[in-house]
Amino acid sequence: MDFKLSDEQRMLEETVGRLVRDGYPFDVREKARTSELGFSKEMWQQFAELGLLGVPFSEDFGGFNGGGPELMVVAEGFGRGLVLEPYLATVVLSGTLINALGSDSQKEALISAIVGGELRLALAAYEPEGRYDHTHVATTAEKSGDGYVISGSKAVVLHGDSADKLVVIARTAGNANDRNGLSAFVVDAAAEGVSRRGYETIDGLHAAEISLNKAPAELLGEEGNAIDALEKSLALGIVALCAEATGAMEVACDHTLNYIKERQQFGVPIGKFQALQHRMVEMRMELEKARSMTILAACSLELSAPVCAKRLAAAKAIIGKSGRKVAEEAIQLHGGMGMMEETAVSHYAKRIVMIDHQLGDLGYHMQQLENLLDVDEDAA
Amino acid sequence: MDINYTPEELAFRDEVRAFLDEKLPKDIASKVKNSQHLGKEDTIRWQKILNEKGWMAMHWPTEHGGTGWSPIQKHIFEEECAEYGAPTVLPFGVNMVAPVLIKFGTDEQKQKYLPPILNSDVWWCQGYSEPGAGSDLAGLKTKAVREGDHYVVNGQKTWTTLGQHADWIFCLVRTDPNAKKQEGISFLLIDMETPGITVRPLITLDGEHEVNEVFFDDVKVPVENLVGEENKGWTCAKYLLTFERTGIAGVGQSKAALKHLKEVARKVQQNGKPLIEDPLFRNRLADVEMELMALEMTNLRTVAAAQAGGVPGAESSFLKIMGTELRQEITDLFRRAAGPYAQPFLPETFDADYDGEMVGPDFANSVSTKYFNMRKLSIFGGSNEIQKNIIAKMILGL
Ligand SMILES: Cc1cc2nc3c(=O)[nH]c(=O)nc-3n(C[C@H](O)[C@H](O)[C@H](O)COP(=O)(O)OP(=O)(O)OC[C@H]3O[C@@H](n4cnc5c(N)ncnc54)[C@H](O)[C@@H]3O)c2cc1C
Ligand SMILES: Cc1cc2nc3c(=O)[nH]c(=O)nc-3n(C[C@H](O)[C@H](O)[C@H](O)COP(=O)(O)OP(=O)(O)OC[C@H]3O[C@@H](n4cnc5c(N)ncnc54)[C@H](O)[C@@H]3O)c2cc1C
Repeated sequence: MDFKLSDEQRMLEETVGRLVRDGYPFDVREKARTSELGFSKEMWQQFAELGLLGVPFSEDFGGFNGGGPELMVVAEGFGRGLVLEPYLATVVLSGTLINALGSDSQKEALISAIVGGELRLALAAYEPEGRYDHTHVATTAEKSGDGYVISGSKAVVLHGDSADKLVVIARTAGNANDRNGLSAFVVDAAAEGVSRRGYETIDGLHAAEISLNKAPAELLGEEGNAIDALEKSLALGIVALCAEATGAMEVACDHTLNYIKERQQFGVPIGKFQALQHRMVEMRMELEKARSMTILAACSLELSAPVCAKRLAAAKAIIGKSGRKVAEEAIQLHGGMGMMEETAVSHYAKRIVMIDHQLGDLGYHMQQLENLLDVDEDAA
Repeated sequence: MDINYTPEELAFRDEVRAFLDEKLPKDIASKVKNSQHLGKEDTIRWQKILNEKGWMAMHWPTEHGGTGWSPIQKHIFEEECAEYGAPTVLPFGVNMVAPVLIKFGTDEQKQKYLPPILNSDVWWCQGYSEPGAGSDLAGLKTKAVREGDHYVVNGQKTWTTLGQHADWIFCLVRTDPNAKKQEGISFLLIDMETPGITVRPLITLDGEHEVNEVFFDDVKVPVENLVGEENKGWTCAKYLLTFERTGIAGVGQSKAALKHLKEVARKVQQNGKPLIEDPLFRNRLADVEMELMALEMTNLRTVAAAQAGGVPGAESSFLKIMGTELRQEITDLFRRAAGPYAQPFLPETFDADYDGEMVGPDFANSVSTKYFNMRKLSIFGGSNEIQKNIIAKMILGL
């Protein structure tokens, strides 16, 4: 067992760390957040130049061939800076799905464009009635000419408002909630039949409700067989979210610690009050748990499906639980300042809490874990 | 022992219900129930209706136009108002500065200030906290220097709730910089129109403009605006805080919120079943339900014990902690009930005039802003940590 990062992973960590430190101070982020797009195109280009957009892809496409640990390192750094750019949507969720299912020519066209920073994507999987269940797909695709047309509704599609193309999960067979019969498609976001209602989310990101009405679509991989690849991409997404949460929780803890050392009431720094010291200690314990579970998740992606699923569910559930505690305590220990939009910690709190609403919340993942309770860890 | 309402109390409840049925404007109740913005006019309109009925001032003695209600009646009234979606009465005038004036004010002050408070003609705000004086309120620095028949006030107040609408502010100011912290403070009433006052908005994490900074730059305040004696303002300040903590348990609000939450959980579908059948969610609902029962009984015991003595003492600190934690927990469950639809941030939908489409289920638009906004409950009115310090000291003798 060795918890040290490899040289390559450390370099990646340093690259992201430097980028976030130098390029992502709070006021710069605020400017990007309040812009119409909600993030910075220039920053996206920097991601491309630094090779970050290629982390999970093969060297053939200018990528890094990274897996869970590499994405963890990147996402944790992004969490520290509350990065707004659509990395999760484009690279982790949509890109890896195209990479898994696409033909050589599709990959050549799409993955290269992602890595180069020319193409941004969003994964349109979840539906208005399905909550966190990715198998709840009522959207249908049918053959039309040499392609397909898709009809249905997709809910809270992260960065769906600005994506150039959408990766849409639609049903080519079976009933809603069947695991089989799901297919993945690429849809041009500007195509006829695609309508999007974009909006800001409470944590400063953007998303969209998307309705598809006979929208022209290009199939990825085999018809009806997308579920395994989809779940692998969602698993990577969970690792990235856990890591992002950990990075954000770390900063929320740091800010709070600094604040209680500096803020004076009753003639002393409030950090002198033991009541607050213990609270701060508890925040740090939650952070340590979150970090541990993120590492566990990141290093379990290659294990047998049930063991991997069990660990990912546990990790995401802990993030939901610990994240809430850290976010609430960070605000509370800042007093009135914690309630202010101008205080960075409130933005960390919002992102940490909203991570629980992406790719399954505490309740959803505890349910998964209950179902997997009898899976034997030794079967890893 | 009898934990039931007496026939008189039940009759009173019927009277309250009949009044709310008849007099609570439907448009206002609908805004409250749908978490839409209430304007200043809405609050004033409702408070004037209350005043016509003689029900505006729960905590005042009858000779000044108060209701003279028992604590149990107040409890019934608050619970019914919450259930019906009546706006909460703005406390700063009627429940904060007024009791101080009644106890410490001169006859002229009572005549001048009380009637417009009763009729909601004057909007008050609270100028206690300062950037350097939050939990340590007595550390306040805004100073007032006597010059002839005026005080000249300089300094800054902050977190001033709804100060943007206020006509008057009641302030704690330092009049003797050399005395011990608590002993050099005075209680001043200041007209917000006075030259030298600047109000700046503070935006909270849910994007709302609810609190403000108020700056005082050589503000001239007539000496007759002093309440009580000079340098004895701390007595007024503490007296006021006991009123600030009445009704702090928010039992009525929690009951109404829990009821709404259950309705929502019956409608929202998860895996083809109503969310309320989800064992985890149901377990947490049951937990809230039992905590609420415990809170309500504790609240009733506390207010009943105060029947004779007016307002409850340090015991109200228990109620503040329990009540605010419960209200916060309910907002957490609402957020969970909304699922992925907790994410969209659509402040335009809080406008009663908004007629566009909603995103996700109707209740979902406000779950996250409320969850974050309600973090304030454990911070203001004496933070929950400060309440624990009070209990440790006053009740446990530590
Ligand atoms: C089952 C058991 C096995 C033990 N085994 C060993 C052993 O092998 N070797 C050994 O040396 N000792 C042992 N101890 C003793 C143990 O270390 C002491 O009980 C412990 O240090 C607490 O001291 P105390 O009992 O004097 O309580 P006190 O120090 O009087 O503490 C009483 C309470 O106050 C709290 N408290 C005290 N100071 C603070 C503070 N500054 N801030 C906040 N809270 C505070 C404590 O947490 C405790 O709840 C054992 C005790 C038990 C119960
Ligand atoms: C939305 C909102 C509305 C408000 N409206 C008003 C208003 O209208 N008028 C007004 O005057 N004020 C208002 N306040 C201010 C409120 O009363 C203060 O925020 C509160 O007293 C806490 O002070 P602070 O924010 O300076 O936090 P601090 O006092 O700096 O506290 C920071 C943290 O330290 C903790 N702490 C402090 N001292 C101790 C201690 N001795 N032991 C343990 N823990 C401690 C606190 O509990 C808190 O967690 C409002 C605040 C908010 C958030």
